[in-house]
Amino acid sequence: MKVQIDSQLCQGHGRCYDLAPDLFGEDDEGYATLTALTADGNVPEGREGDIRLAAANCPESAVLVHEEALNDRR
Amino acid sequence: MTVDDRFTDSPFQRAEPAELTRFEVMDGPVSDWATDFSHMDERYAENAHEIWDDLRGSCPVAHTERFGGAWLPTRYEDVQAIAYDTEHFSSRAIIVGNYRPPLDLAPVGGVPPISSDPPFHHDARKLLLPAFTKANVAKQEITTREFCHELINSFEGRDLVDAATEYAMHIPIRVIADMLGFPAEDAPKFKVFVENALEGINHSPEEREASTEVLFTYLLEQIRDHVANPRDDLTTYLINAELYGQKLAPNHVAGTMALLLIAGIDTTWSAIGASLWHLAKNPEDRRRLVAEPALRTTAVEEFLRAYAPVTMARLVKEDVELGGVEMKKEDWVLLPFPAANRDPEKFERADEVVIDREVNRHAAFGLGIHRCAGSHLARMELRVALDVWLDRIPEFSLAEGAPMRWSTGQIRGPRMLPINLG
Repeated sequence: MKVQIDSQLCQGHGRCYDLAPDLFGEDDEGYATLTALTADGNVPEGREGDIRLAAANCPESAVLVHEEALNDRR
Repeated sequence: MTVDDRFTDSPFQRAEPAELTRFEVMDGPVSDWATDFSHMDERYAENAHEIWDDLRGSCPVAHTERFGGAWLPTRYEDVQAIAYDTEHFSSRAIIVGNYRPPLDLAPVGGVPPISSDPPFHHDARKLLLPAFTKANVAKQEITTREFCHELINSFEGRDLVDAATEYAMHIPIRVIADMLGFPAEDAPKFKVFVENALEGINHSPEEREASTEVLFTYLLEQIRDHVANPRDDLTTYLINAELYGQKLAPNHVAGTMALLLIAGIDTTWSAIGASLWHLAKNPEDRRRLVAEPALRTTAVEEFLRAYAPVTMARLVKEDVELGGVEMKKEDWVLLPFPAANRDPEKFERADEVVIDREVNRHAAFGLGIHRCAGSHLARMELRVALDVWLDRIPEFSLAEGAPMRWSTGQIRGPRMLPINLG
């Protein structure tokens, strides 16, 4: 699974970093960032559910989840 | 060093009365919610959810001739589309009233950045964002918690309190006064400023002008005091802030301070009050949150969805068709985020309060470029206020028969909330 923040859509609601503070962070203006754990866009093993939950709670739909990478590995 | 003379003499060149487009005040009872709505009607305040549900099912964009003509969409899809469409909808005025400010007030507006349009909006907002990040507002959590405890301490020996005016209201007032560096003892004035700005829109133009004057005179006093005695707070920050290589215009400094003061208080006051109202009426939810503090984070989001306090407004920039109606240039449009949050097309069990709702893509803090800049602060305050109340007063209920009142206007929350303790 891959994850990405669409910075054109993100408005800094912070739902992602509220829900999964180790997978998402905030920059100096409150916009969402990836963290050391997700920096390359790869979702750590076993954390797919947290990523999906963060995406499902983003009011701007700015957390983009790509399930394909996970399927490829299967 | 040159003297900062921006604030020495009457700096607030607000619009002359002649430039304002005035409308007759129409404050009679609403005859029909689809064609004659008024958000200033007490029945709207009390029954907003039912009114939105009815309109959404039948209308779904209501209209009124009041305020010179205004629209009220009720579907999530329509509210979202307007919030995203800054080409057709201006934020030049964000509180519907009986006059429209002059067109050339855009793109700054009276209270930037909430009243600003792109591209100016982005730059004005950027100045404010760092102070309101989650990390920065977290620094105020300890003092906020202590203050909530002090408020509860003051209930000692009583079995009936007004949770709206004796608890919920004081928390955002204290927090924003601290951030702006205003004296804590001025708190009673802030309540009056807020009521005049948001609930007083049907007052006469003279009254409106007089109360705005009182607010801006107060802000000017605070600004002058900060110019003379700079300190580490938002007022000094705004006085020193620069945009495009220049210090901010005096109107910009004072307008932003007015925004922070007004928007910081009424909204969070409403959210805390509405959440306590819900818990006072729903003992199962109350007991569950007392027993399971870990659930409170999710519950806070659900209270924000179900009782979102804030409806914003826009002015139509160019004629546009939306939600099946033709909106004309200079019409008002209300953006009822709380109605959007109860749209069954968007939310399962939209009319129920589900405190463990995990997927909750609500729009309580708005959508798009005007996302509430204070949302992290509001969440912190709401969470702390509920934590302290539930830990200190696990047993409480609504005092039936005692007067209860929801505010009219664009910010909806309890203004009288009688609660039996124990």
